Amino acid sequence: MNDQREDFLEILKLVRPGARVLDIGCGEGALLELLAREKQVDGRGLEISQAGVSAALARGLAVVQGDADRELADYPDDAFDYAILSQTLQTVRDPRSVLVELLRIAKGAIVSFPNFGHWRVRASLLTKGRMPTTKALPTPWWETPNIHLCTLLDFTDLVEDLGFRIEAASALIRGKPARPMTPGRPLENWRAEAAIFLLTRGEQSATPIKPAPDKLI
Amino acid sequence: MRFPDGKPLRLDSGARLENFQIAYKTWGELNADKTNAVLICHALTLDQYVTGKHPISGKPGWWSRVVGPGMPVDPARHFIICANVVGGCMGSTGPASLNPATGAPYGLSFPVLTIGDMVRAQAMLVEALGIETLFSVIGGSMGGMQVLQWATDYPERLFSAICVAATARHSAQNIALHEVGRQAIMADPDWRAGEYALAGVRPEKGLAVARMGAHITYVSEDALQRKFGRGLQRDGLSWGFDADFQVESYLRHQGVSFVDRFDANAYLYITRAMDYFDLSAAHGGQLSKAFLPARDVRFCVVSFTSDWLYPTRESREIVRALNAAGARVSFLEVVSDKGHDAFLLDEPEMHAALAGFLGATGQERGLT
Repeated sequence: MNDQREDFLEILKLVRPGARVLDIGCGEGALLELLAREKQVDGRGLEISQAGVSAALARGLAVVQGDADRELADYPDDAFDYAILSQTLQTVRDPRSVLVELLRIAKGAIVSFPNFGHWRVRASLLTKGRMPTTKALPTPWWETPNIHLCTLLDFTDLVEDLGFRIEAASALIRGKPARPMTPGRPLENWRAEAAIFLLTRGEQSATPIKPAPDKLI
Repeated sequence: MRFPDGKPLRLDSGARLENFQIAYKTWGELNADKTNAVLICHALTLDQYVTGKHPISGKPGWWSRVVGPGMPVDPARHFIICANVVGGCMGSTGPASLNPATGAPYGLSFPVLTIGDMVRAQAMLVEALGIETLFSVIGGSMGGMQVLQWATDYPERLFSAICVAATARHSAQNIALHEVGRQAIMADPDWRAGEYALAGVRPEKGLAVARMGAHITYVSEDALQRKFGRGLQRDGLSWGFDADFQVESYLRHQGVSFVDRFDANAYLYITRAMDYFDLSAAHGGQLSKAFLPARDVRFCVVSFTSDWLYPTRESREIVRALNAAGARVSFLEVVSDKGHDAFLLDEPEMHAALAGFLGATGQERGLT
């Protein structure tokens, strides 16, 4: 497994076996392939690059070339159990609308993103006075795809605004296993390099979207 | 293959085509389980000679880059079938064929056809060949329309489907462009209300103009500009109406060479069938309903960025409807400046995608 994507393991824990999954920004389909193998999901992908789609096709995955900002509107309501947006939210033009779309087309949204409130980011800005470049955010400001960076607290504010519910949240620190956390705590905002959330619409749902503890691997 | 009396082709118009014939070619061998059959559907003016040397032109088949040894569709793995469409002029029954009832060419007494009729005839052929389920049905342009029609009419007979540079319904612009071509044919005095065969003439001028107009729609503005620009045929202008510009000469050549290989009435009938094509029409305009029975078919849809005849947004509409129906669909938009004809040309990204898709679905199907 690609050691740069520890969040994959966490996503694997969150997804119920046999679920219908849409992976947005699926790249070459590594996560979808993992989910199909380990959780027998019925997986679909959305990927912006031609090269990514071609590679996913050769893996036998059903992947549509398209842009998360535009093409999510093409999916019907409740088409999926989970919509996954892994390390992509900060790259879209309209993150708020994308979050709304995720929970329109799926019962649960699994979202991971780099935390701009992490102490290294803060320290970098404080000491150097320039846009932070860290291991989690390596590209300079003028060529970064990350146009909508946020902190853990910013994200939880938005989730609350939208009336969504946080079913699970974990902190990700490079090279370490994910650690469950309470995302509203200011200390977590310092400590988490990246975060991963399972969100639901916050309404009573007949199907439990949160996996039972014994389903965790 | 000729279908005898008593096995007519029942047409969407309500008419029947009795004692009709389908000309087809095959490559490779059908495996013992009969799971490796691939049907290729051809575009408007093409034919069953997908690969290998064309018997008339002597040129390589129209999809030699997709079908052939070592290609995505490979006679070593697949049993490949391609049939001339009903209404065509390369051996299948069409308006130039003799009407068994009169002994004279059908001409305009030939019934108007639909894409659905063409596909129904193909289904009869596939059944007659003893094949219950096709591993894949593949086509570009009008061939892609047939692929979509197969998916709605015979989903249980399909394992996978590949639709390239096509649309689920002809737009007003598509119909308008076809109408110009048809009017050019019918304005030729040699057309003789479709009875030109009896008079021993052919509406060559009209058909050539139809082809010239259509050819412009197959290429992109950029490709045309790059190939010809304002380049002249000779030094200086003629101050007349000779083909001064290279692009004029090129188009005239396209027109003149086309009339040698195509029948004018067949052009009328096939363009009409394309204009009548609207898969959603029978489902209250909801394309996704047309695809509901095809939920188990694995789809691959491909479009090209510079195709303005069947632009990417029309392929996206197909993808959206397939998604809404819950089908397994993949979609690729290939960056190309070659226009609609890109699907016939050297487009490595398309070829790689087809190879990847067919390889992976082939594994699911148990093909080696």
